[in-house]
Amino acid sequence: MTHSEPDGVPVLALEGVSRSFGAVRALQDVSVRLFPGEAHALAGENGAGKSTLIKTLAGVHRPDKGRVLLDGRPVVFHGPADARDAGVAVIYQEPTLFPDLSVAENLFMGRQPRRSLGRVDHAAVRSATARLFQQLGVDLDPDRPARGLSIADQQLVEIAKALSFDARVLIMDEPTAALTGSEVARLFRVVRTLLERGAAVLFISHRLEEVFALCQRVTTLRDGRLVSSEPVAGLTEDGLVRRMVGRDLDELYPKQPAELGEVALSVRRLTREGVFTDVSFDVRAGEIVGLAGLVGAGRSEVARAVFGVDRWDAGEVLVDGVALTRGAPSKAIAAGMALVPEDRRAQGLVMEMSIARNIGLTGLRATTTAGLMNRGAERDRALDWAVRLQVKFARLADTVGTLSGGNQQKVVLAKWLATGPRVLIVDEPTRGIDVGTKAEVHRLLSHLAGQGVAVLMISSDLPEILGMADRVLVMHEGRITAEIPRAEATEETVMTAATGRERSAA
Amino acid sequence: MADLTGADLTAAKAQDDVAAPPSATRRGGAAGLVRWDTVVGALLAILLLCSFGFVGDFGHTLNLSFLIGNTLPMALIALPMTMLVAAGEIDLSVGSVAGLSGAVMGSLWNAGMAIETIIPLCLLLGLVCGLVNGLLVTRLGLPSLAVTIGTMAAYRGIAQIVLGSNSVTDFLQPYLDFGSGRIPGTFLPYAAIPWAVLAVIAVLVLHATGVGRSLFAVGASAEAAWFAGIRVKRLRLSMFAATGVVSALTGVFWVLHYASARYDNATGLELSVIAAVLLGGVDFDGGKGTLGGAIAGVFLLGTLQNTMSLVDVSAQSQTVVTGVLLVVSVLGPRAGRQLARTVARRRSAGSGNAPVTSG
Repeated sequence: MTHSEPDGVPVLALEGVSRSFGAVRALQDVSVRLFPGEAHALAGENGAGKSTLIKTLAGVHRPDKGRVLLDGRPVVFHGPADARDAGVAVIYQEPTLFPDLSVAENLFMGRQPRRSLGRVDHAAVRSATARLFQQLGVDLDPDRPARGLSIADQQLVEIAKALSFDARVLIMDEPTAALTGSEVARLFRVVRTLLERGAAVLFISHRLEEVFALCQRVTTLRDGRLVSSEPVAGLTEDGLVRRMVGRDLDELYPKQPAELGEVALSVRRLTREGVFTDVSFDVRAGEIVGLAGLVGAGRSEVARAVFGVDRWDAGEVLVDGVALTRGAPSKAIAAGMALVPEDRRAQGLVMEMSIARNIGLTGLRATTTAGLMNRGAERDRALDWAVRLQVKFARLADTVGTLSGGNQQKVVLAKWLATGPRVLIVDEPTRGIDVGTKAEVHRLLSHLAGQGVAVLMISSDLPEILGMADRVLVMHEGRITAEIPRAEATEETVMTAATGRERSAA
Repeated sequence: MADLTGADLTAAKAQDDVAAPPSATRRGGAAGLVRWDTVVGALLAILLLCSFGFVGDFGHTLNLSFLIGNTLPMALIALPMTMLVAAGEIDLSVGSVAGLSGAVMGSLWNAGMAIETIIPLCLLLGLVCGLVNGLLVTRLGLPSLAVTIGTMAAYRGIAQIVLGSNSVTDFLQPYLDFGSGRIPGTFLPYAAIPWAVLAVIAVLVLHATGVGRSLFAVGASAEAAWFAGIRVKRLRLSMFAATGVVSALTGVFWVLHYASARYDNATGLELSVIAAVLLGGVDFDGGKGTLGGAIAGVFLLGTLQNTMSLVDVSAQSQTVVTGVLLVVSVLGPRAGRQLARTVARRRSAGSGNAPVTSG
C-alpha cells in the first residue's frame, strides 16, 4: 500500500488517525502522507470520511487516536489558525469573501501592511496582490470589488491568499464542482504552478477524470477506513470506482430506451425579463429531456419559473394540456409537477427539521384526516420512500442536517416522488454526490421515465446529460439555442451550442 | 408511477445494509436532550410550590383569581404570538391593537350602540389592524419588527384620537361581572373558559395540523417552504390577521375586567407577551418552540409578578426581574446546547488516547 512513494519526509501526514462523532466512526485508523510537489487525490463516496480527514488536517477536528505529523514531527493543531500558521491552507468549494471589499483588501484582511499612525498602506496591499497574481499567472484586477467575481475567480483569490501565507500544503475540497470546463483548466494551471514551487496538494473531486488529469497519487476511503493509497498511473477509472464503492458498479448511465407517450409538460414562449427569453419546449410522458448550458445560461431560472417559484412575464406552461397559474408552486404540485431544486440545503430541505417532516412537507394534505395530522401516516409515508430510495439514516426523527450530501439528495427525491408526480424537474440531481449514489439516482430517473413520468433534467455534468437524456436542449444567454436528439448529442455539438457557436477557450 | 416498487430499485444491491440500522447504541439522554419548555414547566411548578408554601396570601381564592385574571391578557395574545414567532415573524402592535379595540368599544358605547354589536365590530377592527400589518410585511417585504413598531405607535395614536383622555366605565353590569367575576366555587375567572377553548384550538393548530407544520417550516426556512409548495405569504398574512383579532378580543376583555375603557389600556403588554413566549422556549429566529412552553412561560411570568407583589417587591424591581428573565430565556437554550456539545466533545475525546503534543 505504501510502495513507490517519493523518498523523503512528507510535509504533512496523518498516522493511524481515528475520529468518532457520538456513535459514528468517521475515521478509523487512517493514514495519509502528503509530499512536496505532489498532487494527492482523496477519493471516496459521500460519508466515507473525506470531510473529517480534511478537517483533521486543517486543525478543525482533533483526532481521538493517532497523530498528525508536520515534517515528520507530531503536532497538535488547536484550531484552524494553528494549521494555517503551520502552512496548511484549505480552499473550500464556495469561498467566502467580503463582497464589498476589493480583491486586494480581501487578500490581506486583518493583516494589512501599515504606514505611520496605523494607516493601511493601500499601495503596498495592491502591489503585493498584483505580485501574487503574477506568480500564479492569473489576470485579475486587485482593485475590483469581490462582489460579482465568479466562483472560479474567488477560488483563485483564496489560492493567492494561501500563497501569501506561504502555504506549503493546499487542500482543495471539491473546487471544481461549480466550474466550467475552461475555468477548471485555468485552475489546474495554477495548481501545477504551485506544485512546481514545491507545494503539496490534496485534491478532492467527484469527477474522476479530473483526478486522473491532475494527480499523481490517490488515497481512497470507504466507510471511514483506508482502502488504498497508490499512484494514479496504472489505475483505471473503473478500478478507482470499484475501490470507492467496494463492488463493481452497474453502468453509471443505465438509460433504457423510452416509450414516449403524450406531451405532459408544454412550455410556450416563456419569458422572464432580463433572465430568459422566448423559451418553448415539450416533454413527453416517459421521456428524459436534458437541459444543458453553461452556468448562468438561465436553465435553473427556467425551471423555477415553470414550477412557479418565480413569476414569468409572458408565455404559458401547460401540464397535460391545462395551463398553470404563474408564480404558484402549490398549483404546479396539484397539477402533478415536482421540482428537485439546485440548492438542496437552502431550497430542497428545511435543514433543522427531521427526515420524516421534510418528506412530510409535500404530503400535508394526504396525511391529514378530519383536519388533524395523522402522524402514523406521515411516518409510514416517509419511511416507505426513505427505504425505497435506500436513504442511510439512524432514525426518521433525526434532522436532515446529520445526513451526508448524497443521502440529503435522496430525501429531497423521496419528498417529491411521494407526491406521485407526472412531471419531474431535477436541477443538478447529482451535484456533489458520490459515484455510487449517482448511479442510483440515474437508475431511479430511468425507472421513473419507464413508468411514464416526464423528466426534465438540468445538469452541468455533460456525460450525465449525454448518458441519460433522450433529447438535449441547450441554453445560451437566456435562450434555447439548440435541440439535439440523443443520437446526435456529443460533447462537441452540445458545447458548441452552449457557448453560442464559439470555440470554447479550454 | 404509483407502482414504483422498492424491488425494482434495490435489486442491484439488495443485500446492502440500507435503511435504518439502529446498530449504534443511542447516546443517552444527557443534558442536550432536556427540552427548554420542560425546564420552564418545572420552574413554574417549583415557583407555585414555593409560593403556596412560603407566601401567606398566595393560596387565597381571591389572589389566585387575581393572578389568573391579570395574566389572561398575556395568555390570550401569547397564543397567536407563539405561532407568529414560530413562523419567524413578530408583532409589536398587539398592545396598541388591544388599546384601540378598548377605546373604540368605549366610544361606541358612549354613542349608544348595543354591546352585542360593539364586540363584533371591535374584533373586525382587530382583523383590519392585523391585515394591515400582514400586508405591509408580505406584500412590501418589510421586516415585521419595523412594520409593527410603526403600527404600534399609529394604532395607539388612533386610540387616543378616538377616545381622547376620557375613560368609559359605565358598561352593563352582567358584562362587567363576566370580565371580573369567577366561576362559583372555584378561583377561575369566567374568562378562563374562552381562553381555554382558544388555547386548545391553538395547540391543535400548531402541533397537530398541516398549518402548524407549515408554520415551523416557514420559520426555519421560508425559501425551502416555498419550494415545497407552502403558500408562505398567505400563511404569514393569516397569522398576522389572527393576532389582530385575538389582540382586539383581549382589548375587550381588558375593558370589562378592569371596568375601564381608556386609550392607554394594555400599554406595554406586547413586551410581556414576547418575554413570556421567548421564556417559554420559542426561538426568536423562528422554526422552534411549543405552545405548552409559551403558556408555561406566560404563567411563570404572571405568577412571579403576583408573588413579588405579595412580598412587597417594588414595581421597578419587578421590571428588572422581568428583563433579566427575558435575557436568560434567550440565553438559556443556546447555552444549554453549547454545554451539551462541549460535554459530548469531552466524552468522545476522553475515550481515545490523548494525542501527543508538540514541543
